Amino acid sequence: MVFREPERGSGLAAAVFSLFLVALVVTTVYIFAAHIWPMPPAITHVGHWIDQQYRLTLWVTGIIFVLAQLTLAWMVFRYRDRGQKARFVRGSHVLEIVWTTATLVLFTTLGAMAVRAWAQVHFISPVPGALQVDVMAEQFTWNFRYPGPDGKFAPTAPIYYSDANGNPFGIDPSSKDTDDIVSPILVVPVGQEVVLHLESKDVIHDFYVRELRIKQDIVPGMNIPIHFTPLKIGEYHIMCAQLCGLGHNRMHSMMRVVSESDFQKWLKQQEAENQQ
Amino acid sequence: MSAQPHSVTHHAEAPKSFIRRYVFSTDHKVIGIQYLLLALAAVTIGMVLSWLFRAHLAWPHLIIPGFGGLMRPEQYLALVTMHGTIMVFFVLTVAPQSGFGNYFLPIQIGADDMAFPTLNMLSFWITLVAFLVLVAAFFTPGGAPINGWTSYPTLSAVGSVSGPGQGMGETLWVVSIALFCLASLLTALNFISTTIEMRAPGMSLMRMPLTVWGWFVTAVLGLLAFGVLLAAGILLLLDRLAMTSFFVPAGLVFNDTQPPLMHAGGSPLLWEHLFWFFGHPEVYIAILPAMGITSHILSNFSRKPIFGYKAMAYSLCAIGFLSFTVWGHHMFVSGMSPYSALAFSFLTLIIGVPSAIKTFNWLGTLWGGKIQFTTPMLFAIGFVSLFVTGGLSGLFLAQPAIDLPLHDTYFVIAHFHIVMAVAAIFGIFGGLYYWFPKMFGRRMNETLGKTHFWLTFIGAYLIFMPMHWMGIMGALRRYASPGGLGFVARMDPIDIFITVAAFVTGAAQLLFYFNFFWSIRHGEKVEENPWHATTLEWSVPSPPPHGNFVAAPHVYRGPYEYSVPGYTEDYLPQHLTPEQVAQSAEAGT
Repeated sequence: MVFREPERGSGLAAAVFSLFLVALVVTTVYIFAAHIWPMPPAITHVGHWIDQQYRLTLWVTGIIFVLAQLTLAWMVFRYRDRGQKARFVRGSHVLEIVWTTATLVLFTTLGAMAVRAWAQVHFISPVPGALQVDVMAEQFTWNFRYPGPDGKFAPTAPIYYSDANGNPFGIDPSSKDTDDIVSPILVVPVGQEVVLHLESKDVIHDFYVRELRIKQDIVPGMNIPIHFTPLKIGEYHIMCAQLCGLGHNRMHSMMRVVSESDFQKWLKQQEAENQQ
Repeated sequence: MSAQPHSVTHHAEAPKSFIRRYVFSTDHKVIGIQYLLLALAAVTIGMVLSWLFRAHLAWPHLIIPGFGGLMRPEQYLALVTMHGTIMVFFVLTVAPQSGFGNYFLPIQIGADDMAFPTLNMLSFWITLVAFLVLVAAFFTPGGAPINGWTSYPTLSAVGSVSGPGQGMGETLWVVSIALFCLASLLTALNFISTTIEMRAPGMSLMRMPLTVWGWFVTAVLGLLAFGVLLAAGILLLLDRLAMTSFFVPAGLVFNDTQPPLMHAGGSPLLWEHLFWFFGHPEVYIAILPAMGITSHILSNFSRKPIFGYKAMAYSLCAIGFLSFTVWGHHMFVSGMSPYSALAFSFLTLIIGVPSAIKTFNWLGTLWGGKIQFTTPMLFAIGFVSLFVTGGLSGLFLAQPAIDLPLHDTYFVIAHFHIVMAVAAIFGIFGGLYYWFPKMFGRRMNETLGKTHFWLTFIGAYLIFMPMHWMGIMGALRRYASPGGLGFVARMDPIDIFITVAAFVTGAAQLLFYFNFFWSIRHGEKVEENPWHATTLEWSVPSPPPHGNFVAAPHVYRGPYEYSVPGYTEDYLPQHLTPEQVAQSAEAGT
């Protein structure tokens, strides 16, 4: 590139600025395009829809990013002070109307297209007969409860919470329903819908599994249901995503997605342990 | 329209005693500098805190003196909490609005001081006390608070039972924020009254510099937002100290200790709504003055009128208005109604429209210009680049479905640091380099300034761009360490890269400190109008005398009349009378 030694020493600054912006654009586009640091693969249909919307947004913002930064780079270089006279322009009504309308249409369209994935997560009820699991979060552990062979959850109350006695859910000791299964990890069968009922004993926590594309705060005093259908066998981290105190970063557990037969086997094993 | 021509004589006598003149001063210029120095002290502390926790993230086994061995998780969280609180409140709110706004709003509209000078002084001193109260939290027995700058209950509402830092430390945090809100309310009142009542003759609203528009709209936001946080803070204080239950529901058990707490009937969601009803306008409180400053500087050093002045003024108002309708986008995963999330989503996407309008008009201002790469101009152009980058990542987070994976990850950290923190800091730096000659009668060193810019600009991108991908891969914020998560541990190299970039960028700020303090006494001396600018602050001596104007100013034209055809100079100041302009034109031909 050849440019005249400009007046006021602005040529170098202009060139460096433009080159930096070009480098920024190239590096950013490369890292996204080459999937250097991608999201982990989703394991639900909803997750794929979310990813689709994410990719669409990435395209839209990516194009704007490239155009805007390169335009800025070009402006900065092209209009550096070379002793010319600045153009006297106050603005343009036409341009104002064009870019206002264009961005309004673009942004709201993007928002409208995102509604579907959100609706799948929050507006559609789980199928009847979905597997029901209670989740009790506390500083800094996770507890999961299955209803056991009778298909019913035993009644609970905060006054009976006792981790020391293996009763983190506070199951009423006088209850006849003693077959609830309590586990520190979440085990679910592949291809079946699961409903989690999220509760917290103490502070706000958050249920987060990357591969489910789900994040949901667990708020003291509320019971918040979420549902999903995992489609891939494997082990996935359950993390706390809402600051809950000094042990926040160590508050994780495992979601094990297993085959239907392995799930039944696991349930039996848990029931057997319960009876001992 | 503008108020009656007010006297410039009743303030003409400056107080004689040192205390009344420089300490308990009612002069808006002294108060402006006091705010700027407070922000400088605060940003220094905030930056050092970030170095400490960045060092821990990069090298978890590093022994840092003063931490009693390896850094513990609660110490890490305290650093993060104090960093965020100090930066958001005492830097990003104080410097661009209270600092520059105090100094330049009255001068730019042709007033001799703020509408309520004593109230103005009171605001500063309350802010200073608020800062000292916050810093004192470090020295409490239980340590500084660890709840993040958002301080969500119930973690923050039930006292020491929820862990370290929840005793006196958290109480001081709440008291500090409440005091800060009070001071900011008074400042907001003052700014609004001054802008409405004290404009010089001829200074119509549509002749105000865009900086004044920025400060004015920000003041309106402050008036409506800080009152809400003040109320929320008082309620939180009552929950903590008087066992009320605004934010705490029944049946809470901590650490397996029976019986449950005595609270009943509250909800943490109430705090979240109140906090973010303040918190979202707050990010615009930080950025709107910087937008005004950027517009001001871009026009000056492109030697062109600002492109689309009216669109710029109206878009500031539109952002201000919409900023009160989008708070729910911080709460997509909070457990609030998922239906309202859709409303918040669309409103958030729509607030992107006036933001885009501003960007287009900044580019339009550069287009066809005669760009002079002074240090303030570099920061202003840098602002535009950062604002684009940070704004675009907001389009992801505005969609609740995409927020699900990205919420509370480093993607969010990257987003708000670039669009709000770094961009606002660039507005502050731009303003400092630009107005320094006016404030101190001397210029800052340009070579040092430009070196400072380049290291800061490149450094900021190197620090915050990689965080996007960390977030995309699922790294969560407020994690003191990977905590046994293998996929987070594998991001260690990125963490080290970011930390090194943060140290280099931080060290580059030493250039700024040196340049700033050295130039106050030794910088090259300048006249009234070194940048050949058009607005009223450049019509008065540098530094301006007590009372600002020697003769009552009169305004004849808009604020950005650069390169006007037929006029000899390439800048046509607002205060030049038509006769002076005609004479000058004759002399030129």
